[in-house]
Amino acid sequence: MANTALVTPAASAAPTPGGSRRDADASARRRRGRIGRERPNRLVTVLLALASITVLIPIYVTITMSLKTSAQAVDGNAFSLPAPIDLSNFATAWQLTDFPRAFTVSTLVTLVTVAGTVVLASMASFAIARNWDRRLFRWSFYYLLAAMFLPFPVVALSQIKLTGLVGLDNPAGVALLHIMFQLSFSLLLFTAFLRSLPEELEESARLDGASTWQVFWQLVFPLLAPMSATVGIFAFLASWNDFAMPSLITADPSLQTLPVLQQIFQTQFSNDYNVAFASYLMAMAPAILVYLFTQRWVMAGVTQGAIK
Amino acid sequence: MATTRTEEGPRASRSGSTTGNPRRRGVRVDPVFHLFLLPTLALFTLSITLPAAMGVFYSFTNSIGFGEFQMVGVTNYIAMATDPAILSSYGFTMGFALVTVLVVNAIALLLAIGLTAQIRAKTALRAVFVIPMVISGIIIAFVFQFLFSNSLPAIGKALGITGLQDSILADAGTAWIGIVLVTAWQAIPSTLLIYIAGLLAIPGEVYEASALDGASGWKQLRSITLPLIAGYILINTIIGFKNFLNSYDIIVGLTNGGPGTSTRSIAMTIFTGFTGGDYAYQMANATIFFVIAIAIALVQLRITRGKAAV
Repeated sequence: MANTALVTPAASAAPTPGGSRRDADASARRRRGRIGRERPNRLVTVLLALASITVLIPIYVTITMSLKTSAQAVDGNAFSLPAPIDLSNFATAWQLTDFPRAFTVSTLVTLVTVAGTVVLASMASFAIARNWDRRLFRWSFYYLLAAMFLPFPVVALSQIKLTGLVGLDNPAGVALLHIMFQLSFSLLLFTAFLRSLPEELEESARLDGASTWQVFWQLVFPLLAPMSATVGIFAFLASWNDFAMPSLITADPSLQTLPVLQQIFQTQFSNDYNVAFASYLMAMAPAILVYLFTQRWVMAGVTQGAIK
Repeated sequence: MATTRTEEGPRASRSGSTTGNPRRRGVRVDPVFHLFLLPTLALFTLSITLPAAMGVFYSFTNSIGFGEFQMVGVTNYIAMATDPAILSSYGFTMGFALVTVLVVNAIALLLAIGLTAQIRAKTALRAVFVIPMVISGIIIAFVFQFLFSNSLPAIGKALGITGLQDSILADAGTAWIGIVLVTAWQAIPSTLLIYIAGLLAIPGEVYEASALDGASGWKQLRSITLPLIAGYILINTIIGFKNFLNSYDIIVGLTNGGPGTSTRSIAMTIFTGFTGGDYAYQMANATIFFVIAIAIALVQLRITRGKAAV
C-alpha cells in the first residue's frame, strides 16, 4: 500500500492535489489533441473491461454467496445468482461473531488512528517546515521518515512484549502503533504541502497579533484540509484493514478487530460458506463505501506519496 | 529525493522573509513549535526505535521472552545459517517477491497504458481497478481460498483440465502460485496509479514529434514511453519488492504457510518467536531481516538521488 511508498524517481510537478490534478488533465488534453481525430479506441476499452472482470469476480462471489441458502452455497457453483435470496445469513453471522462488538472496536481503533495521525503529523510537519534551518527540526524529519523503511515484523516481537508490560496489549495500543507507522508517509505529504503555502498569510496573521498556536489552528490547519483528507483516508484504510498488528498485540480475543475476527471464526464457519461470506461482506463493506466517496483523494494520495 | 526537495523548499521560502540564518540564530524558537514536535518524537522513539533496539539486543541473548537470560554472542546467527526452517522461509519469500514484482509491474504497466489511452468509460474503469487496494488482505485471501479450493477445481473437472482438478493450494508445488495471484490482485492498484501518473507526465509533444518522424504504436512504446517512465518502473519495482518481502496477511488467509511449511514467509517465521519459545532466536532473524530492509532502502535512496540530479 501507499504507506510504503515514497521517495521518488523523476522530479515531480506541483505538490498540491489541485495542482497535480490540473497538470494531469492538461497533459491528457494535449494527448487528446494529438489523437483528437481518432475515435475512442474500442478494442482497448473492451480489453480493459474484460480485465476488470478479474477485479469484480471475487466481489461478485462475496455478495452472491452471502445471499444464498445453505443448500445453494454448497452446490459447487460459486458463480450462480442466489435463488432464492436468503438474508438470514447476515443475522446468523451478526450473532455468531458478535459483530457489533468487533465493529465497535474496529471503528474506535480506526477513528483514533485517523484523528491521531492527522493531528500529530500535521503539527509535527508544521514545526519542521517552519524551522527547517534548525538542526533539531531537520534531523527529526529524517529520523521520523526513516520508519518508512522499517518493516513491522522487525519490531513486532519487542512491541508485543512492551505493550504487554505497560498495559497497552489492547485496541488502544494497536491504535497508537497504527499512528506511529502512518507518521512518515503523512509527514511527507504534509511537509510538501506546507512548502507550497505562501508564508505571507502566516506573517500577516502574526502582524495581527496571532500566536503560533493560533496561526496553526485557525489558519494553517484549515488550509491543510485537502492533505488531511488524503492522510486521513490512508490512515483509515491501513487501520481498518490491518490484520497482523491487532492479532499480535491485542491479548483479549473479545477485543479483536473485524479482520482478526474473520480468522478466529474461520473454523466455526466451516462449510457454512453463505454465513462466512456474509461476515466477510460486512467487514469489507465500510472500506469499499468510504472508497467510493473518496476515490479522488485515494488516487491522489498514492501518486503523491510515490512522487514526492 | 524527498529529502533533497524538502531541503530546498523551506530554505528558499525562508530567505525571502528573513535575512538568512545569522539573524535567526539569535532568535529563540517559539516553544509552541517544540510542543508540536517533541511529544510525537517521544512516542515514536518509545514505540518504534526502542523496540528496534531491543530486538537487536535480545538477538545476542538466549532469552525465551521472559525470565533470566544470558548473553550468547552470535550463537543465534550461526544457528540460523544452517536452520532449514529459516533458509526455506527466506528462499520462499525472496522467490515469491521476485515473481510477484514481475507479474505486478507487467500487468500494471499494461493496464496503465490502456487506461491513459483514448477509451470510453475511463473514470469508471479506473475506479474499478483501484478497488482491490481498499479491501482487507486477510478477508480477500479467504474469498480466494474458497475460489481456489472449490470453484477452480469444479471448473477444472468440467473442462477436464487435469492440473486444476484439485485445489492449487493443497499442493506444495503450486500453492505459491495462488499466493502470487492474490498478492498481485491487491498490489496492482497502487502500482498502476503510479504508472498512470508517470504516463500522464510525458508531454504530448514528444509523441507528436515522433509521429511526424513516422514512429507509431510499438515503436513509440519501446523508444519513447518505456525510457521516459524508466524511473517509475524502478521505483515500483523497489517498493513492490520491499512490500512483498513483508507478506503475511494474504498467506495466513490462503495457506497459513502450508502445505507443510512450503509457503511460510519470513514474517510468519519471525512471529512464531512469540509463541514458539525461540524468542531470542527469532529476534536474530528479525535483525537479519532489518539489515536486508536497510540495504533495500539504501538502494532506493541511491537511485532516487541519482534521478533527482538529472
